[in-house]
Amino acid sequence: MGFFLGCIMPMRYPGIESSTREVLKSLGVELVELKGASCCPAPGVTRSFDQTTWQAIAARNLTIAQGLGVNILTICNGCFDSLFETAHQLNHDPEKLKKINKILKEIGAEYKGQTEVRHFVEYLHNEVGLDAIKAKVKENGGKPLKAAVHYGCHFLKPSNVKKIDNPERPVIFDEIVEALGVESVEYKDKGTCCGAGGGVRARTPDVALKMTKENLTNMKAAGVEVIIDCCPFCHLQYDVGQAELKEFGIPVLHLSQLMGLRFGLDKEKLGLEVHKTPVKL
Amino acid sequence: MTTVAKRPDAVFAKKVVDAGGKTLNLCFQCGTCTGSCPSGRQTAFRTRKLVRRAQLGLKDDIMGSDDLWLCTTCYTCYERCPRGVEIVDVIMALRNMAVREGHMAPQHKKVAELISKTGHMVNLRDEDKALRKKLGLAEVPPTVLQHPEALDAVKKICSVTGFDKLIEGGAK
Repeated sequence: MGFFLGCIMPMRYPGIESSTREVLKSLGVELVELKGASCCPAPGVTRSFDQTTWQAIAARNLTIAQGLGVNILTICNGCFDSLFETAHQLNHDPEKLKKINKILKEIGAEYKGQTEVRHFVEYLHNEVGLDAIKAKVKENGGKPLKAAVHYGCHFLKPSNVKKIDNPERPVIFDEIVEALGVESVEYKDKGTCCGAGGGVRARTPDVALKMTKENLTNMKAAGVEVIIDCCPFCHLQYDVGQAELKEFGIPVLHLSQLMGLRFGLDKEKLGLEVHKTPVKL
Repeated sequence: MTTVAKRPDAVFAKKVVDAGGKTLNLCFQCGTCTGSCPSGRQTAFRTRKLVRRAQLGLKDDIMGSDDLWLCTTCYTCYERCPRGVEIVDVIMALRNMAVREGHMAPQHKKVAELISKTGHMVNLRDEDKALRKKLGLAEVPPTVLQHPEALDAVKKICSVTGFDKLIEGGAK
């Protein structure tokens, strides 16, 4: 699979990148570099400004995987949204494909409309399988934990396009977390947006933080010890958001980091020292 | 003082449909969207009203409004709409139209510029490089940051589509 890095993971939370590379290696998933890839580009902002540019930049990223004869794997809901939605539209709509290829022609590229885009959580669940994941969990992978699983928005939605799981009552992510020996706790309004998306964190950070605070309040009331996400932007919003709110103090881990912990990976490889909300697990 | 009724503008509504909000006219104003909106819980943003204004073509109430930018694009309304209105697509169409009229917040302009000039929406700092090295990763990610010719291609796309000009025209 072509490993799509995006922006927030490699620049702000490289520990998510090293964890992802290590856990997928131990599960026998081979990753190749998508050399020269750019921002997906971020759907909330880029798509809001100009949908054609959004799709053209996303399509250029798809052509990199196409050139290598691989499909794309991403650990970020935002990247997943831009790349999956673009691939979905261009793979099924010849008119749109023609329009975008007219732009790509200017850079000497052409998208052939066949690349697939997969999300880390979905790929783990449907291709790697829960049994293979369970088999890697080490006894010394830390004490049992009560976790708030945060799906984010663009992993499952819009569900008429993504078709991965029921967006109102999903189980796919919880099942992986439980397979790791971690309890996924029910909490009020689980499934609600972290608050950061759609350019809201950039433009009105106070509004974004109010949404984050409500989720954190519900998570705390359920007695969770850790938040598990599958998107570096949600990750940032919860991690930096708690530092900004100066309360809660619930550690935030990307699923890849939790897997690293439970697989008995060297803690140094998880890059937890950059988390603004200290992780002591 | 008499109240002057706002005049509906069917042409504007048609433009929204053409710009990607193709299900706009299916809305029958039930308010499931407003009731589902996490942003509306914290603010005065009412999704149903925004959709109604778009249907009526009340352009001036939409284009420069803050409401348009309070949607996190979480898709909860889109999923729950009993009429199948693809509300996020409507909002995206409206945002694209607003940006074209010069309504782009300075913070958004900054992010857009980062993407069009560097190919990424966040920058790579020395401390990020140091941590990457410590974790055994390439100090500079193998993205456009390592491949100038790929960055040129992204820049070229932004020039061909007029994205650069769009950003310049924004942030009024």
